[in-house]
Amino acid sequence: MNVRDKVCEYIIENFLFGDAEPMADDTMSLLDEGIIDSVGVMELVAFLESDFGISVGDEELVPDNLDSVANLVAFVGRKQAAA
Amino acid sequence: MCGICGAFALDGRLDLPDKTPERMIGVMRHRGPDEFGAWRDDRVFLGHARLSIIDLAGGQQPMAGRADHWLTFNGEIFNYVELTEELRALGHVFRTRCDTEVILRAYEEWGDACVERFNGQFAFALWDRPRGRLFLARDRYGIRPLYLAAHDGRLLFASEIKSLRAYPGFAPALDPGSVAEVSTYWVNIAPATAFAGVAQLPPGHTAVVEANPSGPPPPAPLPPALRIRRYWHPEFLPADEDRRRVAPDEASRLAKDVREALVDAATIRLRADVPVGAYLSGGLDSSTTAALIHRYTDHRLKTFSVGFADRDYDETDWQYAMAAHIGTEHVTVKVDGDDIASRFEEVVWLAETPVLRTAPAPLHALSGLARSEDFKVVLTGEGADEVFVGYNIFREAKVRRFWARDPAARARSMLLTRLYPYLAQSPPEFLRRFYGQGLEDVDDPFYSHRPRWHNTGAVAKLLAVDGTDALRSAEERLAASLPAEFTAWGPVARAQYVEMTTFLAGYLLSSQGDRMLMGHSVEGRFPFLDHELAAVAARIPASAKLQSLVEKAILKESVADLLPASILNRPKQPYRAPDGASFAGNAGRDIVAARLGQHGGSLWDDRRVGALRRKWEAGKLASARDNMAFVAALSGRILEHEFGPGFADRLASTELAPQDLVWRERPRDD
Repeated sequence: MNVRDKVCEYIIENFLFGDAEPMADDTMSLLDEGIIDSVGVMELVAFLESDFGISVGDEELVPDNLDSVANLVAFVGRKQAAA
Repeated sequence: MCGICGAFALDGRLDLPDKTPERMIGVMRHRGPDEFGAWRDDRVFLGHARLSIIDLAGGQQPMAGRADHWLTFNGEIFNYVELTEELRALGHVFRTRCDTEVILRAYEEWGDACVERFNGQFAFALWDRPRGRLFLARDRYGIRPLYLAAHDGRLLFASEIKSLRAYPGFAPALDPGSVAEVSTYWVNIAPATAFAGVAQLPPGHTAVVEANPSGPPPPAPLPPALRIRRYWHPEFLPADEDRRRVAPDEASRLAKDVREALVDAATIRLRADVPVGAYLSGGLDSSTTAALIHRYTDHRLKTFSVGFADRDYDETDWQYAMAAHIGTEHVTVKVDGDDIASRFEEVVWLAETPVLRTAPAPLHALSGLARSEDFKVVLTGEGADEVFVGYNIFREAKVRRFWARDPAARARSMLLTRLYPYLAQSPPEFLRRFYGQGLEDVDDPFYSHRPRWHNTGAVAKLLAVDGTDALRSAEERLAASLPAEFTAWGPVARAQYVEMTTFLAGYLLSSQGDRMLMGHSVEGRFPFLDHELAAVAARIPASAKLQSLVEKAILKESVADLLPASILNRPKQPYRAPDGASFAGNAGRDIVAARLGQHGGSLWDDRRVGALRRKWEAGKLASARDNMAFVAALSGRILEHEFGPGFADRLASTELAPQDLVWRERPRDD
C-alpha cells in the first residue's frame, strides 16, 4: 500500500469511524472539516512516526505539513528522502 | 416533588383506553412512590405520583379548587407561606397548608399571570372546568420537566416521556434529526426532544388549550392546538453598562447584595416537612450552599458526596475539608468504572436522551445514597457557574474575542493554554487553527459556543443519516427564540444566556439533575437558580463576574468569610467521570456486547459503530471527542432498546395495581 492509501486508511478508521465518504478530496483541510482536533493531530503524528519510521520535530507540527492528505503525503515523502 | 401526567380530549369526549392511568402513572412511579392519585371527567384525565414533602397529610393530588378547577402539580412553590397570607388578605380560604392549594387560589386570583408570583420549581396542569380550558406551566429555568404530544385527538402530557409512551397505542421513536442535534449541541433545542412527535414546554413558558384560541400556533413539535406564552427569561445589562469597570467599593456593595439574595434563596429552600440535606462536590458552589445553611439557620445539616476510585476525578479531600469546616455529618459513595457501567442502562432509561458523557451515572449513585439515609430533599450548587460566570466556555470566548482584535498575535491565542492546560501538549499552530475558526465573526450570536459545537459535531458522524438540515433547523429554532434584547447585551451575557437555555436546561438540570435525583425519589433544590438572585446578578456588570480571567469574582467576594481559603482559591475542577474506560470491566463489556454489535435499523450506523468499538477495544479512545462518540452510541443504542423492544417489560414491572390508585373526589366542604 502506498503512503497515500495508508494515511487515508488510518484517518478513515480512526477519525471517521470507517466512513470513507468525507475523504473525496486530498487537499481538504482535516481541521476545518472537523475530522481531527488538536489532540487528534498528536495521534496522527504518533502514527506517522511508528508506521513510516520518521521522526517529527516540534517545529514541523504545522498545518502545511499535516492538515490534508496531500500535505501529509508530501511531508512523509520529504522526510523519507532526507533520511 | 412528584410526577404528573394526563390526557385531554382536543375535541369531543375523552375515552381512555383500558389501564391508561395505571400505566402512565406506574411507569414513572420512581418520581413519587408515596401515593398515586387520579381524577377524570368527560374531557380530561389527570394523574399524579406523589413524593410527600409539604403537608404530608393534606397535599393529595390531583387537587380541586373552589371554582371547579383541578390541578396536578410537580415541584415546589417556595414562597407559598407569603402567598397564602397575601391571598387570605384578598379573601381566599385555605383548607390545607400546602403549596399545591396556593397554585389553585393564585390562578383564581391572577389567572395565567399567577406563575410570575411563584418563587419555585414547578410543572403543572390545571383544568379550568367552567371555562373548558387547560392551563400548563413550567418554571423559569426548566428545573421541572413537562413533555407534550398530540395523539389520536388527544393532548398527552407528562413529567417524563416514558409516561407518554405508556399511553396505549402511542409509541414515539427516536427522531434522526433530533439525535443529530444532541450529537452536536449536547441537548435538544426546545421545544424539541429526542423523540419524534414529542415536545417539551420550553422553560419560562405557559401553555393553554381552549376553544377559539387567539394568537399563532406554537413552533413544532408542540401540538398546534396549544398557545404558548413566555413569562420569563434571563435578563442582563446592555453592553455598555455590562462592560463598565467596577470600583472596589462598588464591588463590595454589589457583593453584599449578592450575599443577601443568596441567604434568602438558600433559607427559603429549606421549607419542607421532611429533613433537607445538601450535596457537597468539593467546589465553590455547593460549599457555599452548605455554608449558608450552616451560618444562617439552626438546621442540622447532613451532606452527601460522590468520590471516584480514579484519583483524576476524585474530589474527596476537598469534600471532607468543607464538611469538617462547617461540622456537618458527611457521607460519601465511592464510584468506580464498574459502578458506572452497571447502572448505565438504568441511567439512560431515566435520562430519555442520548448522552455524551457517563457523568450522570455517579449522580444516580449519589441520589441513591441520600435516599438510603432517608433524605428526600437535597440542596445543590447547580446554577452558580451560569449565573456568576464560572465556566471555561465564558473564559474561552473572552480570550477569543481578545485575540480576534489582533488575529496575528501569538501570545493572545496562547492564553487558551491557561484555560485548558492539556492544550500545552498540542501543536500551537493547530491550536490556533482550531480555536481560530470563525474568530473574527464576533457578531455571531453563538460566537461563544462555536468551538464546542464544532468539536462535538463529530459525534453526529456516527449516525446513519445526514443531520445537516436538522442542525440548520435547530439553530434557526434557537435563533428565533432569542429575546429581542439579546443583540443589545454584552458578549459575556450572550454566552450566559445561550448556556442557560441550552446546556443548563437541557442537560445539567435534566440528565444530570431531575432524572438522576428522581430516579431515587429525591428532590433537588438549587439556591443559585432563585429568580430574585438572578435579578440581583442581572444588575452586576460582567466585568465584576468574570474579572480578567478570574471566574465568579463577585460571588467569591460575597462568600469569602464563609469558606476555607483552600476551597475559595481552588482552581475550578469540572465535574467529570471516566467515560469509555468505565466499560472495560465485565459489566461494561456485557453492555457493549449487547448494544454495540450489529443492529439493523439503528440510527447509529453499524459500520461506524464497529470501527469505534474496535478503537475502544484496543484501548485507543484518545480524545474527548472519541469518548463522547462512544458514550453517545452506547446510550443511543440503549435508548432504542428501552423505548423499543424493552418497553413492554418496563410497563409490566411498573403498572399500578388498581387498588394502589386513588380516584379523587371533590372535598365535602365545597
